[in-house]
Amino acid sequence: MIAFVVQRVFQAVLVMLVVALIAFALFNFVGDPINSMVGQDTTIADRERLRQELGLNDGFVVQFARFVAHAAQGEFGLSYQQARPVGQIILEKMPATLELSFVAAALALLLGIPMGIYTGLHRRALSSQLLLSISLIGVSLPTFLIGILLILVFAVILNWLPSFGRGTVVHFGWWSSGLATLEGWRAIIMPAVTLALFQMTLIMRLVRAEMIEVLRTDYIKFARARGLTNRAINFGHALKNTLVPVITITGLQLGSIIAFAIITETVFQWPGMGLMFIQAVTFVDIPVMAAYLVLVGFFFVVINLVVDLLYYVVDPRLRIEREQVAGG
Amino acid sequence: MAELAASSAAAVPPSRLRRFLDSDLLWSFRRSPVTVVASIVATIIIVGALTAAWIAPQDPFDLASLSLLDASNPPAWLEGGSWAFPLGTDNQGRDVLSAILYGTRLSLVVGLSAVLLALLIGVALGLMAGWRGGFVDTLIMRIADVQLSFPAILIALLIDGVARGILPREVQSEIALYVLIAAIALSFWVQYARTVRGSTLVERNKEYIQAARVIGVHPVRIVLGHLLPNVIGPVLVIATINLALAILTEATLSFLGVGLPPTQPSLGTLIRVGNDYLLSGDWWISIFPGVVLALLILSVNLLGDWLRDALNPKLR
Amino acid sequence: MRGRNEPLLRVEHLRIEFPTRRGVLTAVDDIGFTIAPGEVLGVVGESGAGKSLTGAAIIGLLEPPLRLAGGEIWLAGRRIDKLPYEAMRRIRGKEIGAIFQDPLTSLNPLYTVGRQLVETIRTHLDLNAAQARERALSLLREVGIAGAERRLDHYPHQFSGGMRQRVVIALALAANPRLIIADEPTTALDVSIQAQIIALLKRLCHEHGTAIMLVTHDMGVIAEMADRVAVMYSGRIVEIGPVRAVIEHPHHPYTVGLMGSIPRIGGPRDRLRQVDGAMPRLGEIPPGCPFHPRCPEAFDRCPRERPDLLAAGVTEAACWLYDTVERSARQTVPG
Repeated sequence: MIAFVVQRVFQAVLVMLVVALIAFALFNFVGDPINSMVGQDTTIADRERLRQELGLNDGFVVQFARFVAHAAQGEFGLSYQQARPVGQIILEKMPATLELSFVAAALALLLGIPMGIYTGLHRRALSSQLLLSISLIGVSLPTFLIGILLILVFAVILNWLPSFGRGTVVHFGWWSSGLATLEGWRAIIMPAVTLALFQMTLIMRLVRAEMIEVLRTDYIKFARARGLTNRAINFGHALKNTLVPVITITGLQLGSIIAFAIITETVFQWPGMGLMFIQAVTFVDIPVMAAYLVLVGFFFVVINLVVDLLYYVVDPRLRIEREQVAGG
Repeated sequence: MAELAASSAAAVPPSRLRRFLDSDLLWSFRRSPVTVVASIVATIIIVGALTAAWIAPQDPFDLASLSLLDASNPPAWLEGGSWAFPLGTDNQGRDVLSAILYGTRLSLVVGLSAVLLALLIGVALGLMAGWRGGFVDTLIMRIADVQLSFPAILIALLIDGVARGILPREVQSEIALYVLIAAIALSFWVQYARTVRGSTLVERNKEYIQAARVIGVHPVRIVLGHLLPNVIGPVLVIATINLALAILTEATLSFLGVGLPPTQPSLGTLIRVGNDYLLSGDWWISIFPGVVLALLILSVNLLGDWLRDALNPKLR
Repeated sequence: MRGRNEPLLRVEHLRIEFPTRRGVLTAVDDIGFTIAPGEVLGVVGESGAGKSLTGAAIIGLLEPPLRLAGGEIWLAGRRIDKLPYEAMRRIRGKEIGAIFQDPLTSLNPLYTVGRQLVETIRTHLDLNAAQARERALSLLREVGIAGAERRLDHYPHQFSGGMRQRVVIALALAANPRLIIADEPTTALDVSIQAQIIALLKRLCHEHGTAIMLVTHDMGVIAEMADRVAVMYSGRIVEIGPVRAVIEHPHHPYTVGLMGSIPRIGGPRDRLRQVDGAMPRLGEIPPGCPFHPRCPEAFDRCPRERPDLLAAGVTEAACWLYDTVERSARQTVPG
């Protein structure tokens, strides 16, 4: 058990280092940091001096080590575009993205899983076919299109919900929450639904497919042959076996919500890290891009790790070694 | 003695056309009205896109043919519209229908090229990893694993962003198309590589491969001539399904502003440009491209679904 | 047809079909047999002959598009083929149990063996948790699992193949059914384990008075366990009778070929006989007797009419050779 955890943590650290390397490479090889920081008339001598001061002439490994050390403390230098510390910018934007992601994830799970179970159990029902068709649309429509359509209907035509921004925001220390006010909730509904739709339909189809597979297994057949009630079979045996692999895949999917937030934030002008990243890409603001990369990489690695460990906890086949008893 | 029961077998084996028409594949196709409709829709859109140059009422990129007098016309059936511009015009006087036709063509080109490129890279790397094993295998799979922990869109964004940073500004617009294709392809190759690697590892130990090795056939010939045809099957199914995803990814990237520029707009770019006018009431500039995009992805998705179910031996 | 010797299971004119796009295929075509209380009936035949489907139909687990298209199934004087789902569910496990081929996949990997046992017990018997656990314990001991107390809380993957099949048997016997349908219970096991499992099944069923319908393609298992045996071919029963009689003096040409193709230790060292050709595919079953294309004794009546089971010595064989009219006409009596 310990060996398993150690191995996974080790892998996670490795991936983080690779991500850091890529971010660092961005810093060093894309554009010239000096040129982005100073004005046109700075002399070459001055630029050289600046280069020396910032340690840009040191060896690759040294610079990389320094980069990792700083990154671990949240230090990414100054944004080219806004000329203030990247760390500060991120702290400002993070709550917006995290709240949005959280609400979207909750929506996706709370609706996706039950719908998946229902359509898996009642395969041929009309309602199932209907839900499946709608889900196909959910998977096919680009996220941004859904967002635009929602804005068109609910903001432009009906004027029920705001089309951009977070509404009224309340501050708790460095965290700014939009969930504390009614305005905040009205503002978060459309972005959250937009963000959740793709994941929700994906989860629903996944759960359904898994459920159908499980219902075809031999142990379900044997359970039926033993005369167990439908309830015991569907919700005792089938459900548990369906959810175990689904939980892990779902965890990974939800991680990608953070990335998909980029799109949603752009459509709704939601002031989060995603919007920040897009703006950074457009302006080639390397420090911000690198910081976002490392941060998102960190989130993903942690989520992957948690999911791996979760699988370990839930599936007894991984946990308990097989007992070799002689005499078959 | 052994009087065989008279069966209706013809003396001549049926032709390939007959076999195809009789096949399970076509039968399941005809049985599913949804799939038939989907393929019709897809065909209409694709044909429209391919013949854009001939059937578009206007060339929206020929600046000389534009007139600001025609700007911001609503669609023909609404007040203020005219049938010269059936779906309306944008703020520069460009005909929306024409823009859609050309844009669809671009979307399709990018989608198809990206999938093909991803297929090429993925299959090549997968074959290498599976055939060589050892260090090459570990290396490729580690890279794949790291990449898989991140969603494709992020990877595509990253590659695109890096390209922007590296390439001089003047060149960017022209080669945006190639950068986009490369970015999407590089974010997709992993699943092809994994599938092919898995199949290669299995096939490698089979007798026909070992026989070829013993005879002394050159490894490249073995891999390409004998191994490849046997592992390519499931990959092609994935590719078909991925086509919709590729088109979707391209549209998303263009919408975000890091895809095709307004001078060479795909459907995604059109939607982005039109988005600015949504709140002021000129909804047709972004909605019509949106509808076409949705229909295209939906029908390709449906076709991919049908193909996967029809070719899946487990569901038969 | 009630009487003193009412059989436990009576199957009459059973027909199982399934629709395909090429038309309706008949997998089991008009078969009938009985099983007496406590008797072991072997059902033997090649893959695809319809044996497993017959078992599935009896326990009510035919999966669509397969369907019961005709015939009657009687259990202890009660007709069960047309029962509603809930009524049939109560019979499953309590009156009729089943054992399937692969012990690895027959058990839910996520639940302990004890939990699966207790669940089955409490579904059919009115016991509280503690009593059910006691019964589970004694079941495990009965099937010969050492350290049963500890093993109740183990997961299926912690048991070896043979042990798992014992657990499966325990589960099938949990509510004390009167009939067990065993579908290839030893095929997935090592040869050395097979003998143990066969012995276990024999002993348990003798002790509990449980009848068994033993479906298998392995004649050796039949010889060890069965009282009577039915030979199936192309969805029909071609021969049925006491096991020794069928093995030592087979009557139907197919059975003759079958027995001739089994190597015997100690017998004369001859070439193994084989039956040329293969069992016909479902859509291509010939008219008349389905075996006639491969039959060395076929004559003009065979392709025309399908034979019923006719008396042949102490067994019954579905073959025109045993029609009394035919026999007197031929004046040669094989076997």
